[in-house]
Amino acid sequence: MTIEFNTETFRGDFTYHNSAEAIARFPFPFPEDKYMYSVNIEPHVSFRPGSVYEHPFDVDEHYVSEVADRALVLNEDPLRSQSLPHMNLAGWDLLELLMTNLSESYPQWFELHQDGDRWHWINRPLGIDDTFTFLDNTTLPYGPMEYIMRQTQGDYALLDQRDDNLWMDAGVITTQADWSLDFDIGMNFMEWHGPVPLAHELGVFERALKFLLNLRQGQPVRRLNWTMTVHPRLDTSPENYAKWGVDRATVTPENAGEYMYLRVELQSLWRLPRSNAIVFPIRCYLISLQDLVTIPKWGRRLHRVLRDLPDELADYKGLTMTRPSVLQYLSQFDDGAQTSAGTFPD
Amino acid sequence: MTKSADRTPKIDVRVTQIVDVTSEIKRFRFEPTDGKPLPVFAGGAHVVVEMEDGDTLRRNPYSLMSSPGATDAYNISVRRDPGGRGGSMFMHDRVTVGSLLRLSHPVNLFPIDRRARKHLLFAGGIGITPTLAMMSELARYGDAFELNYAVRSENDGAYLDQLRNTYGKRVSIYRDDQGEQIPLTTLLAAQPLGTHLYVCGPGGMMNWVLSTAEGLGWPAQNLHSERFLAPPSGSPYEVRLAASDLSIKVGPHQSMLEAIEAAGVDAPYLCRGGACGQCETRVISFDGTLLHNDHYLTDDEHAGGQKVMPCVSRFEGRELVLDR
Ligand code: FES
Repeated sequence: MTIEFNTETFRGDFTYHNSAEAIARFPFPFPEDKYMYSVNIEPHVSFRPGSVYEHPFDVDEHYVSEVADRALVLNEDPLRSQSLPHMNLAGWDLLELLMTNLSESYPQWFELHQDGDRWHWINRPLGIDDTFTFLDNTTLPYGPMEYIMRQTQGDYALLDQRDDNLWMDAGVITTQADWSLDFDIGMNFMEWHGPVPLAHELGVFERALKFLLNLRQGQPVRRLNWTMTVHPRLDTSPENYAKWGVDRATVTPENAGEYMYLRVELQSLWRLPRSNAIVFPIRCYLISLQDLVTIPKWGRRLHRVLRDLPDELADYKGLTMTRPSVLQYLSQFDDGAQTSAGTFPD
Repeated sequence: MTKSADRTPKIDVRVTQIVDVTSEIKRFRFEPTDGKPLPVFAGGAHVVVEMEDGDTLRRNPYSLMSSPGATDAYNISVRRDPGGRGGSMFMHDRVTVGSLLRLSHPVNLFPIDRRARKHLLFAGGIGITPTLAMMSELARYGDAFELNYAVRSENDGAYLDQLRNTYGKRVSIYRDDQGEQIPLTTLLAAQPLGTHLYVCGPGGMMNWVLSTAEGLGWPAQNLHSERFLAPPSGSPYEVRLAASDLSIKVGPHQSMLEAIEAAGVDAPYLCRGGACGQCETRVISFDGTLLHNDHYLTDDEHAGGQKVMPCVSRFEGRELVLDR
């Protein structure tokens, strides 16, 4: 696959954009015309060449600019990267997982040469050519987790497993949808899932936790999550609410197609071999509504999903203020025709 | 080929070395048939070894004892158990250099706790195997540890010289026939704050170590144990699988889980030893006695009769109906 990496911003003038190919491969999250919260976990196996599911870790046209945006966030706020001391080994696990997978999936961009513990890593899009000693922190410019995260799209949380629970004890979180690593670090699975309405009543988290405690090496799983954002802003963190919260009041039916973005997270979960920790990548994809409606099925379906979304879920996803404008905009693209099953374009 | 509904990824290996460690214990070396590196694992991990024994597909869990960084081969040790269900006898008598076997990916239900300031290991008999991998890992990272290892006699003890030579004073060996006993209470009382304890061995030893530590006020989260149970044998019985609309027979040396798998029904599992909880199955109704042999369900759940762990538990009576 030959792609050119976009030069674009996720703040200020917001020059982020999707090519026609990026629109066609957008991971639209709704397989039917309504949405219910559920444990929609499936094996993270490769399928549909060209889609975001082809490779274990998807790299797309936004790679270089997303990594640059992450560097900006980390420079302003170093607490977006944290690792409790017992998580160092999990950081090396993560570095190994990404380097081996990226070099296998995209040999034209990434190369890894291992000679015992002497590792040579080449990252062509970012112009990196480093040699280091595996498991020796002093041979890298950052800790192992932060080193590889500064070359990766998406947020990553590292979950330690002990006392029959999972603990968010490390992570690099710079593109999050309104949650905070600094607030959640050290919390267990139930605590950091605290605020989701309905899900607790359904026992969703108890079942999910049980499942994750038994997650096996070599059998990663994935799920999609979604919300909406005003402008293609990656960093909608609570720390920066003052910067993005006010944007919601500017959305009108006339500008909703341009201002409003569907934000989809491709989340996966992997058991790490050395540390027995779990890594939880949260990869974010953004698409403007005006781009989304170029796929007629998606325009119709998103209109129906948002129209019928229970108020408490709309509230939880922060959509209460913008939903009327979005619905008015999307209704132009919903002629009432039947939609086909599944998430892919017709 | 025995019918199996299990679709989890497997690793095909060839046996490349068999070593007599003691008169009862053999060590097997497995190398991948495709020549690709094996998955990395950590100390405490096990693999499930699949053996095709005529019409029976046996699946036994064995701890990996090789060095966790080594991806060219795995090593396991197997103790001959003539009273068992046949897996260890198959490994001892039928598997030769060149045999082809199939492994699950490594699973770790006995991981090292990285918050520990010191790791205090206890092993009894064949329970030494996970401990070997844990120690090679702890030594590599420079972590503080010590091993207390109980064996029947010098001749019956596996890997005694290797342990003495590699770890010196960090290893203490206790030989039963010499009247040597682990000075457990003194040992536990002398540990620095932040020590974590790990034990793997026969059931009696594990209960002794864990209950003594609890009695001395050790916090539960500092105590780690590997309790694999071999599924016990018993009288044959029948099970009705309601969701699959099948009636199956469980043989005297077969586990309920093996019988379910042999019927072509996909059933979850991890440890196959009553410890992990993965195989939990809902009991719809029964007329008889459930013989719970697992460590996973609580006493109340055992008494309640609504759940069963088919990897180790059995049934006696007229009828058992499962939601599977
Ligand atoms: S498979 Fe682990 S308890 Fe049954």
